[in-house]
Amino acid sequence: MAKVFIFPATSLVLSDMVERWGHEALGAATGIRERIQTASLDSPPLQMTPEDPKKGLKYAAVEVPCGVRGRMSLYGPMIEEADAAIIINDADLSFGCMGCARTNELVMFMVRQRKGMPVLDIKYPQTDDEGVAFVTQIKEFLTGLEGESDE
Amino acid sequence: MSEQPVRVAQLSCGPEHSGVQKEIYDAAAAVNAEMFFPDVTLADIRRSYDAFGLEARSGDLKLAIARAMALVEGKVEADAVFIATCFRCAEAAIVRNELRRYIHEHSDLPVVSYSFTERTTSGTLLTRMEALTTIARRRALLAREVQTGTTMGIDSGSATTKAVIMQDNKIIGTGWMPTTEVMDSANGVIEAALKEAGLEMADIEALGTTGYGRYLIGKKLGADLIQEELTVNSKGAVYLADRQRGEATVIDIGGMDNKAISVQDGIPGTFTMGGICAGASGRFLEMTAKRIGVDITDLGQIAMKGISKTVPMNSYCIVFGTQSLVNALAEGNSKEDVAAAACRSVAEQVFEQQLQEVDIKEPVIMVGGTSLIEGLVHEMGELLQTNILVPHHSQYIGAVGSALLASGFIEEK
Repeated sequence: MAKVFIFPATSLVLSDMVERWGHEALGAATGIRERIQTASLDSPPLQMTPEDPKKGLKYAAVEVPCGVRGRMSLYGPMIEEADAAIIINDADLSFGCMGCARTNELVMFMVRQRKGMPVLDIKYPQTDDEGVAFVTQIKEFLTGLEGESDE
Repeated sequence: MSEQPVRVAQLSCGPEHSGVQKEIYDAAAAVNAEMFFPDVTLADIRRSYDAFGLEARSGDLKLAIARAMALVEGKVEADAVFIATCFRCAEAAIVRNELRRYIHEHSDLPVVSYSFTERTTSGTLLTRMEALTTIARRRALLAREVQTGTTMGIDSGSATTKAVIMQDNKIIGTGWMPTTEVMDSANGVIEAALKEAGLEMADIEALGTTGYGRYLIGKKLGADLIQEELTVNSKGAVYLADRQRGEATVIDIGGMDNKAISVQDGIPGTFTMGGICAGASGRFLEMTAKRIGVDITDLGQIAMKGISKTVPMNSYCIVFGTQSLVNALAEGNSKEDVAAAACRSVAEQVFEQQLQEVDIKEPVIMVGGTSLIEGLVHEMGELLQTNILVPHHSQYIGAVGSALLASGFIEEK
């Protein structure tokens, strides 16, 4: 089993596919679940505090907007923890919207910077045929990850 | 019976991830407002950002656009709109500005926009929220154009405290002094105003307070109206300038923060408050006056004799601005040129940081103590390419607005 970071990190479809092929999906739901299950109620609806953008300084400099740094405090640790990643480029809003375009750029950059980590970098399908090929590619990638861990 | 909360629609990107969402909720709760996120469907989002024509990349900004369109089209009801995005985000700044303009042009909802950092507190947001709820809740009061009876207004600002007594639509007494201990300063200006008017406190039929010390003074003196300075100053400005109907822009460069307010029929539509640095405040001009050895009241006239562009001055920081000032004097520049450069520096920051966020509609009315600094008004006029109106008693603007609005409470007594 591998820990697979997904982008868009809010995609339930991707998360579901990763789980179906026996891996653990690392996405927004994982990070946000930890936040909302925290006992205290700091900053609804996510229970983020001004401390989080400070933690995000590890991934983005102080001149980067606080919303980016706050988001990076959620996604940064997940990218570090990941064994593999799937990036869907130009995804439709309904496929899993990621709120901030600047955070998205940084997240994708960080994933691609992880040397040696298997990354499936594919484009969002526009036709039925492309859709079938899209699912097949993801399946093959995830099955391949199983093969790697079996070895 | 308690009033219904004012429903404020939130259009935003990032506050929940920056840890400031709770601060927004707290500021709203303090003025009996309720924040809500307008409900839109995925189809609305797709349609809206195509129809709006701004190709924002961020999902949350697309959502904000859809929510703004839902408000304008009447699909979602709100009393006011609060737009908030991250400070320093260029894309968010574009969307924030265009949404503010769009709502202002297509609806009569009061709008305030704000760019936050993770250090934004509910206290910072409070005056803006208070203004939003006042405009939504007290339109009838703000429509008041004539002062009646005998009323007093007190403006407890960060630098100075002012009092004005009005009777039958005329100013009959004024008091002014630097703010030290809030109540002492208030008592001082009240005494001066009463003396000038030849009245006793018992003659005052209604009292209004505004400014930073408004709650303390209002509570101690049992004020009829305790109101933030954004709405009060707008009302006072159009009253004194005799521009109660139609559009106007009010600029108030204060001792601690600045206000730029777009006004329609005396009611603020959009406004910004606060600058980047004290380098764009009355404090910097006070420091300049002290450094060149003149009284602050003479600074404006001295500046009018100088050429502002001959002295380079950092407009964005009071420390660097002061360094520039010291260097300029050391290099032998005249105090007239230095004074003019300081005025330009303040005007530039207000122009670049704040006036870009409100629609400048003529007439532009400058108010507050700094409006008496002729050089500053001149530089602002140069930047805006317009003749700026400075009404008589402009330094008493908050007190006049308070006295005017407070007269609305006489009939209730």
